[in-house]
Amino acid sequence: MTAIPAEPSAAAPAAPAIETTGLQASIGGSRILQGIDLNVPAASLTALLGRNGVGKTTTLRSLIGLVPGTGTIRVLGQDVAGWPTHKIIQLGVGYVPEDREVFGRLTVRDNLRLAEAGQAGQASRDMDYDGVYKLFPELKQRARQLAGTLSGGQQQMLAIGRVLLARRPLLLIDEPTKGLSPKFVSEVVDALERVRESATILMVEQNVHVVRRLARNVIVLDHGQVAHAGPASDLADEDLVRRLLGVAQ
Amino acid sequence: MTTFIAITVSGLALGAVYFLIASGLSLIYGLMDVLNFAHGVFLTLGAYAGWAVASHLSQQAGWMFLVTAVASAVAGAVVATLTEVLLIRPLYGNPVGQVLVTIGLDLALVGLLFGGFGSDSRSIAVPGWLTAVTVIGPERIPNGDFVSLGSGLAVLAALTWFLRGTRYGIIIRAGAENRDMVRALGIDVGRAFTVVFAVGGAAAGLAGLLNSVAFSSGLVDPTQGDTLLIFAFIVVVVGGLGSIYGAALSALLIGLVQTWVSFYAGSGASLAQLGNMSVVIVLAVVLVVRPRGLLGAS
Repeated sequence: MTAIPAEPSAAAPAAPAIETTGLQASIGGSRILQGIDLNVPAASLTALLGRNGVGKTTTLRSLIGLVPGTGTIRVLGQDVAGWPTHKIIQLGVGYVPEDREVFGRLTVRDNLRLAEAGQAGQASRDMDYDGVYKLFPELKQRARQLAGTLSGGQQQMLAIGRVLLARRPLLLIDEPTKGLSPKFVSEVVDALERVRESATILMVEQNVHVVRRLARNVIVLDHGQVAHAGPASDLADEDLVRRLLGVAQ
Repeated sequence: MTTFIAITVSGLALGAVYFLIASGLSLIYGLMDVLNFAHGVFLTLGAYAGWAVASHLSQQAGWMFLVTAVASAVAGAVVATLTEVLLIRPLYGNPVGQVLVTIGLDLALVGLLFGGFGSDSRSIAVPGWLTAVTVIGPERIPNGDFVSLGSGLAVLAALTWFLRGTRYGIIIRAGAENRDMVRALGIDVGRAFTVVFAVGGAAAGLAGLLNSVAFSSGLVDPTQGDTLLIFAFIVVVVGGLGSIYGAALSALLIGLVQTWVSFYAGSGASLAQLGNMSVVIVLAVVLVVRPRGLLGAS
């Protein structure tokens, strides 16, 4: 995986890490995704934006089979529509869910061991514990602590550390700064800035400032469809931001 | 006083048998949300497997009982694994279907046992030391009680090691919290489901043998599992759904209360069921005072 340039460039586009055509998904009889066409280039950080309830989280979950989706879904070059979640993840996908979803009754160390268990065919010695602990030293200090007793920011570090352990090339990260104090937002953003050098990231994020700092590309959803896709510099367009995200800059 | 100690040991031994049955039920419900009404017949088949193996062994050698116990556990594990793979797996996400199929399996297998072995109880051959009593001072305590209690403690220790020290154990504990997230880490939860059924079935099979030896005069009959299953469900609810340590605590409590009340209430016909009734009273009190059970998650 090559490092991405600091600024968007006119270099030839790499093969997409994620490609969907007409992706549809329903939850409880209500159709959330109404035919999404995604193209997430490899070796980049792409932000998925949109108002509440437009289907950002459902999009991520349908990419890994947690929400059944129809349409063409290609992840890391494989047509994964209908695959069980664990098989899609084993292609090399890491998923950091909204609200972290660490295992609260397990220790920090056991949460990481669980991530190790999900890497079929990879030996323990291949796990990047050093890299994770270097990025988040607190995780090493709190290895024996129950994850449920960590603060929100520490849980987010664990949730991200869990997917970095096995050096997965594609990360799906859902609202990494949601509900965090400014101190932890800064730490998480710093960490993601380093992580994007070695992985393709599709990140749902509401904080436009964070998106501007991290993303090369943005995709904006509205009413279960892609309303806009382009370089992150498009977020300089105040009308676009106000119209699609409903926020003033 | 001397009687009280012997009765207490007997109550703890009964609790150990309840724990062996309830541990599997609790693990299965905790991870998979499956109420397995066929668990009782795993126990019965384990006892019949023990009877079949013991009848072909010389019981002169005391350690042969260990072979019998292993046969019971293996029989329970095999039947439970086949049940999960063939019947439960297609019904995940369909709790009504699971309840119906496990009740149906229980009825069918009990019917087959009646057809194959008749309604007469079979007597399991056991070594002489197992039916003897150990005299400790003024106490005369049946050796079968010690074996049941020791087996319960050994299974609790083994389960603790399994759940805390092994990869599958961590997967099972995590899966009980959030199955989707376990899948999202790349883990095939379905394989863990099979392992849980096998472990639960093995404990139930062993419980079937121990119950026959320690509490049924060495006899096994086709309906013994169904009777014990009712108490095991109560143990699981009182302990807290999905909690192994809750099941252990609750099993000892219920074993003790049932045994004490049965003994001290007397043997008159109208009093004979007081022991069983006391278990239901414990259940009612716990449900009112602490609805999530003794150690259940809030």
